[in-house]
Amino acid sequence: MRPQHNIEIMAGLFLLLGVVALMFLASTATDMGSKLGKEHYRVDIRFTNVGELKPRAPVTIAGVTIGTVKDIQLDPESFEAMVALDIDVTFNQIPADTSAAILTTGVLGDKYIGLEPGGSPDVLEAGDEITITQSAISIEQLIAKYLFSTNTPGDDE
Amino acid sequence: MPAKKTKLITLRKPVQIVGRGILFFIQVLTSFRPSLKQLKAILSQVYFIGTRSLVIIMVCGFFVGMVLTLQSYLELSKFGATDSVGTVLALSLFRELGPVLTALLFSGRAGTSIAAEIGLMKATEQLSAMELMAIDPVQRVVVPRFFAGVICVPLLTALFNLTAIAGGVAYAVYIMGVDSGIFWSNMLSSVEFQRDFMMSFWKSLVFGIVATFIAVFSGYFTTPTGDGIGRATTQTVVVTAVLVLIFDFIITALMSWT
Amino acid sequence: MKKNLIQLNNLSFNRGDKVILENVSLTVKQGSVVAIMGPSGVGKTTILKLITGQLRPDSGNVEVAGKCVSSMNHKNLYKLRRNIGVLLQNGALFTDLDVFENVAVPVREHSNLPEVLVRRLVLLKLQSVGLRGAVELMPSELSGGMARRVALARAAVLDPALMLYDEPLAGLDPIGASTIIRLIRDTNEAMEMTSVVITHSVEDMMQLADYAYIIANKKIVGHGTPDELRQNTDPQITQFLNGEIDGPVPFHYPADELTQDLLG
Repeated sequence: MRPQHNIEIMAGLFLLLGVVALMFLASTATDMGSKLGKEHYRVDIRFTNVGELKPRAPVTIAGVTIGTVKDIQLDPESFEAMVALDIDVTFNQIPADTSAAILTTGVLGDKYIGLEPGGSPDVLEAGDEITITQSAISIEQLIAKYLFSTNTPGDDE
Repeated sequence: MPAKKTKLITLRKPVQIVGRGILFFIQVLTSFRPSLKQLKAILSQVYFIGTRSLVIIMVCGFFVGMVLTLQSYLELSKFGATDSVGTVLALSLFRELGPVLTALLFSGRAGTSIAAEIGLMKATEQLSAMELMAIDPVQRVVVPRFFAGVICVPLLTALFNLTAIAGGVAYAVYIMGVDSGIFWSNMLSSVEFQRDFMMSFWKSLVFGIVATFIAVFSGYFTTPTGDGIGRATTQTVVVTAVLVLIFDFIITALMSWT
Repeated sequence: MKKNLIQLNNLSFNRGDKVILENVSLTVKQGSVVAIMGPSGVGKTTILKLITGQLRPDSGNVEVAGKCVSSMNHKNLYKLRRNIGVLLQNGALFTDLDVFENVAVPVREHSNLPEVLVRRLVLLKLQSVGLRGAVELMPSELSGGMARRVALARAAVLDPALMLYDEPLAGLDPIGASTIIRLIRDTNEAMEMTSVVITHSVEDMMQLADYAYIIANKKIVGHGTPDELRQNTDPQITQFLNGEIDGPVPFHYPADELTQDLLG
């Protein structure tokens, strides 16, 4: 039965192709891809205001993505935002006195975290906290600042 | 008096069809036997249903991806947010367009041919002949087609999404010059596996069940005439389209609650 | 005295409000070829479906080999049907399978014979209907007569005790028809089968059957051997046998007087 045989091979190929497509989509087009097969270490940051930062936003140094925002929570005592970052283990030489800022892609784009490495010989390790931070710039506050020319200092500097 | 009688009949008919559908659905599910023969029959139906729908699904997917990118690029460029074009593309594909369009295309390509095939078997007494040979026609004819369809639709949806993304990349990156790294990383960071990918999967699974079941049901219960088979194929496409869109709303509502 | 293989006792069957059969009784002796005849649309095929249990009578019962078909459950019905071969009106070959696979369907379904034996069995059956050379053809490539013969081989492949033929000769040319007649007789004698043939063709019945029942007007109007029937003077039987246009079965479908209809 040759034709029957061919049909089964074609059907098998189709199934294979379909499953490969599913896996490929899951790994390259979703956040599964950034989690899959990579190890991370956890670093915490406190901000007074995270603005529109969302989980899974990229974390970059010099524009290169090195990790993602894992989680954003409110510290119930200090009322600061606790942001947990997952940073790829290949970037394990980040100085301890690195500063973090919440930046925006374009004028209305998504928020992301940009890290600015310091000069300390010590490196960040899992569970460490970045202390030098600059919160999200709220456009409304900026406008308010210019309009009323108040001299209140920047949020966090 | 006659008016009252016809009113009762028009009310009775749809209820009867729904009831018959539910019973038939249960019968199809319980008729599945995990035997080698059955699995082989399903596999060869996967060829007729799945492999042969591949080309139309992929061609349509590619162009849907391109047009979707073109449209969103035009709008997003007004805000200078063309980097998000990958996000818009992926989210609308995963959440809505992929499963829905695949189900509709599938119904038009494979559903109609399933309905016509089974209807023709009924009209030429092949189903009767099986019963008389003590072969259960549901088990032999309906079950392989149904399960093959249910397997095929999610896979076809994945292939549709994949080619649509490829079409989007082709248009955005190679024609409009969006940076491919930004395109992918924006898509990656905004498509959630749990929320979007799984929604695509669950939807396509449900749509696969709906589309294939409507096809086998219309074929199996058709009036065994040429006219009846014609109506069965039309009915397959129409009923599938309506039910898919209804279920689309229900699943979206359910999944966004949790 | 051979025993009765099929027995219909006071059978009635309605379709909706319409009475199809009323109080029909007939018996089929083992080993015989029995014809059930009558004008088209009189319920002959219904009788066949009642015998195989596809339809259930509204009253009365059907016995096959001493078992009551009318009250059987699905499982026993399927068990019974393995012992019955049915040749449907147009053969009903599976259009997606070739001739060999068509004949092999019942064998594969109901036995676990190794492929070699299946092949041998199927080829022998096809040889007996003269179509061993056609094993690789698809049903669409067969002529009407050939398709009928393949269907006959398929119905008889498991050597059932009872064969039912629904209009086996309808639409065949004379050569095809006489081939089928010979095959029906041959299989009946060679396998010691019992056959029930449903037909409206008087000639065929005379050549084929040992015994015949004539149905008209929802009832059995006469029965006997072909010779006995020929002698019969009952107008219902003579009309059918001689093919007279008007008689107990009227030419006109019941209607009001023509003049009344035309003149309003």
